[in-house]
Amino acid sequence: MRHRSPPAEQRHGKLPRVGASTMEDKSPSSPRELTQNPLKKIWMPNRNGLPEKHISHRKVCMTNCPTLIVTVGLPARGKTYISKKLTRYLNWIGVPTREFNVGQYRRDFLKIYKSFEFFRPDNEEGLKIRRQCASAALNDVQLYLTEEGGQVAVFDATNTTRERRGLIIQFAEQNGFKVFFVESVCEDPEVIQENIVQVKLGSPDYTNCNTEEAVEDFMKRIKCYENSYETLDEVLDRDLSYIKIMDVGQRFMVNRVLDHIQSRIVYYLMNIHITPRSIYLCRHGESDLNVRGRIGGDSGLTPNGKQFAKKLNQFIQTQNIQDLKVWTSQMKRTIQTAEALCVPYEQWKVLNEIDAGDCEEMMYEEIQERYPLEFALRDQDKYRYRYPKGESYEDLVQRLEPVIMELERQENVLVVCHQAVMRCLLAYFLDKTAEELPYLKCPLHTVLKLTPVAYGCKVESISLNVEAVNTHREKPENVEVSRMSEEALITVPAHQ
Amino acid sequence: MEQENMRRSRCDSTASVPQFCNSPTVIVMVGLPARGKTYISKKLTRYLNWIGVPTKVFNVGQYRREAVKTYKNFEFFKPDNEEAMRIRKACASAALSDVAAYFAKEYGQVAVFDATNTTRERRAIINTFAKERGYKVFFVESICDDPDIIAENIKQVKFGSPDYIDRDIEEAMQDFVQRIECYKASYMPIDDEIDRKLSYIKIFDVGSRYLVNQVQDHIQSRIVYYLMNIHVTPRSIYLSRHGESELNLLGRIGGDSGLSPRGHKYAGALASFIRGQKIKDLKVWTSHMKRTIQTAETLGVQYEQWKALNEIDAGVCEELTYEEIQENFPEEFAMRDQDKYRYRYPKGESYEDLVHRLEPVIMELERQENVLVICHQAVMRCLLAYFLDKAGDELPYLRCPLHTVLKLTPVAYGCKVESFFLNIEAVNTHREKPKNVNVNRNPEEALLTVPDHI
Repeated sequence: MRHRSPPAEQRHGKLPRVGASTMEDKSPSSPRELTQNPLKKIWMPNRNGLPEKHISHRKVCMTNCPTLIVTVGLPARGKTYISKKLTRYLNWIGVPTREFNVGQYRRDFLKIYKSFEFFRPDNEEGLKIRRQCASAALNDVQLYLTEEGGQVAVFDATNTTRERRGLIIQFAEQNGFKVFFVESVCEDPEVIQENIVQVKLGSPDYTNCNTEEAVEDFMKRIKCYENSYETLDEVLDRDLSYIKIMDVGQRFMVNRVLDHIQSRIVYYLMNIHITPRSIYLCRHGESDLNVRGRIGGDSGLTPNGKQFAKKLNQFIQTQNIQDLKVWTSQMKRTIQTAEALCVPYEQWKVLNEIDAGDCEEMMYEEIQERYPLEFALRDQDKYRYRYPKGESYEDLVQRLEPVIMELERQENVLVVCHQAVMRCLLAYFLDKTAEELPYLKCPLHTVLKLTPVAYGCKVESISLNVEAVNTHREKPENVEVSRMSEEALITVPAHQ
Repeated sequence: MEQENMRRSRCDSTASVPQFCNSPTVIVMVGLPARGKTYISKKLTRYLNWIGVPTKVFNVGQYRREAVKTYKNFEFFKPDNEEAMRIRKACASAALSDVAAYFAKEYGQVAVFDATNTTRERRAIINTFAKERGYKVFFVESICDDPDIIAENIKQVKFGSPDYIDRDIEEAMQDFVQRIECYKASYMPIDDEIDRKLSYIKIFDVGSRYLVNQVQDHIQSRIVYYLMNIHVTPRSIYLSRHGESELNLLGRIGGDSGLSPRGHKYAGALASFIRGQKIKDLKVWTSHMKRTIQTAETLGVQYEQWKALNEIDAGVCEELTYEEIQENFPEEFAMRDQDKYRYRYPKGESYEDLVHRLEPVIMELERQENVLVICHQAVMRCLLAYFLDKAGDELPYLRCPLHTVLKLTPVAYGCKVESFFLNIEAVNTHREKPKNVNVNRNPEEALLTVPDHI
């Protein structure tokens, strides 16, 4: 919304009286009419019946200008791991982010990687190519942030010299981007070795090498950078904004955090860890409202649901999980499920199912009958659609952010939740877009075991072999408001 | 009630967020005098209590003032003053003793041990004390060598201190500077190498830079995040409700109605008032509800809508009058009067839930400078309680009348409040706690304190 003076037709009326203060007797400019956007239920000003330019309704203004995050560090210090994870998190909370890995540009350019010799500081040809790749990447960064609607770009490269960083800062200043450096410093040989094993051996650079050769070459590659490495310095770089991560999160140095998004990034980076662990996601057991095809509500488990709870207990026992934390929502059906586990559990109100507002406890057939417009809007944009007096998936993601943050801090956790909630959590771990998220399959009586591996997440789906209704409604072909009832209801799963 | 029992059977907390506090935590401040330790201690304590973590400050200087009734001069703090040293050690011990009692008997979860703690020896004593009892320790060190900041600190909080009550400013300044000198010689800042196993945050130059080491758990992580977001730049926060709404006039709670004619007048008056304040770079926030947005529209400036600022969800009681609630849900109505802070409307929220929902708003308010928040009665009560350090029993009864702007300005260790009624009449929406909160009370007794409406 731009600051603007009231349009001509609103100004007529009182002329300032001579001698009187104009501020005092200015009649309130007649307020613009508000209409509620039918999809998101956001109140927006309109003029002549048409909505005004889209105003900001984000929960908070993350940043005024685009941000360039620049990684810094020797090879095998976790820069790409951090870049990808941070990008995934920012996109999930609604900040359009993309990573630009200079190594990828180099691979695309060179096609074949021969050996570490390419990285030798006296390899003029190599240096030229590497500089070109960095430039190409920055060029794409500029396009992304200025023309493609990006808000954050993560520039993933070693950036180990002050000179290189200086060039990037210049580039950012010219374009009006803020710069935030993320440096990873680590001298623990075991951690570095583990890094190499996890992500370098599988790299396209080493597809034709055996493990020994690959490790040896990579170590020499690291050496090429070591002599010219200028770490971010407390004094020399005191005017830069950065976080220095030392020893995989044992210690952090944070300098000049400028705005909200940088503050959130710092908080996130300080909460993640790489200790191996697994996260188990499942829904409550089948509930009474489930079998009747009704959404929401706060009903209890059916006999099948209780059977699932028992089986879940057995399953958890067989997994032999060390120090498992169990979380539920504050709704009866998840708590009943957790009770069968006979271990302490924590209740989170924010894990409650999406609030369907006026549609709570209705069947899809009833929603179609009473609110056909709403039903169609939901099919048009299921992520952003907000139930009247209820929530949207977008709202859910905001509400679940503290859960994700705490999941990052924790180790082994079992989350017993609900369909929409589980979709949101799963989308975070599997990097699903807003379009995909509301249609992720999260059937009843199935446990998803997520284990971080390399740059992503391994998913194992374990069905506990207890019957349950299907509650997954696919997007129908016809999402028009003018569609027939049958077309709207064609994908509704069977129920009593 | 069955649900209530289920909730309690497995967990101690019925709060909306797990508290994640297993062992009690001692936060230990470190730093020369006039480095903001007490400022940080009080602010952090206020924040933790607001989010539901029982926290208390133990200021050793306070113990010293009680032991040595009259402060003469800086000589008390000279490192070779054996008598004084004895007293100071005894005070520190007494404070630690009280920390233990706070944890063991008063259900405290976090204690903030506010003293200079500038020697490794002193810090080791505290660490041992904590380990023996199974408490976690987190150090917060404030390092600052900017003479302007230190002088400003001394002006803001030291001149008003009981120690300098009968001195003139020059004398006080001189004495305090000497006092700082007494500590300097023996000051051993937390060391990156020697102290690498300790959990701590070092704050440099009032937040320009931070060093964070070995964060152990959730509460320490939240503390670090909070400390990294606060600042001392002077600014003001303006809190106001939306203008009077149609449902307000009818005595109905909740809903999403528009402004009444008087409400629209208020919006205009608010715009004039704000203009008159001549505020630099004012940010304006509203909820997603029509009435706050309508109020903001008249200001003619950019505003942000926050869903988190929406009024408390009254669930099945939405849009009812108190009379209707009493008629249809007399038990609920009574329970609400018994514990208004924790009471959750059926299919709705409690004040406690509201606080949790508002935490990101508070965090962002800390980051920002001049902000006007246009919100709702219950929401405003929660925000006000944070700034004015009001506990759960007072919070739901704080007075936040319509058509009144509260201007909050941080000063010294607290917050100055100025209240501006913009002279536009509005209904009263404040219902006091009635005398009889028993479930078996008469409707008249329940409705005695309901404000007038159409």
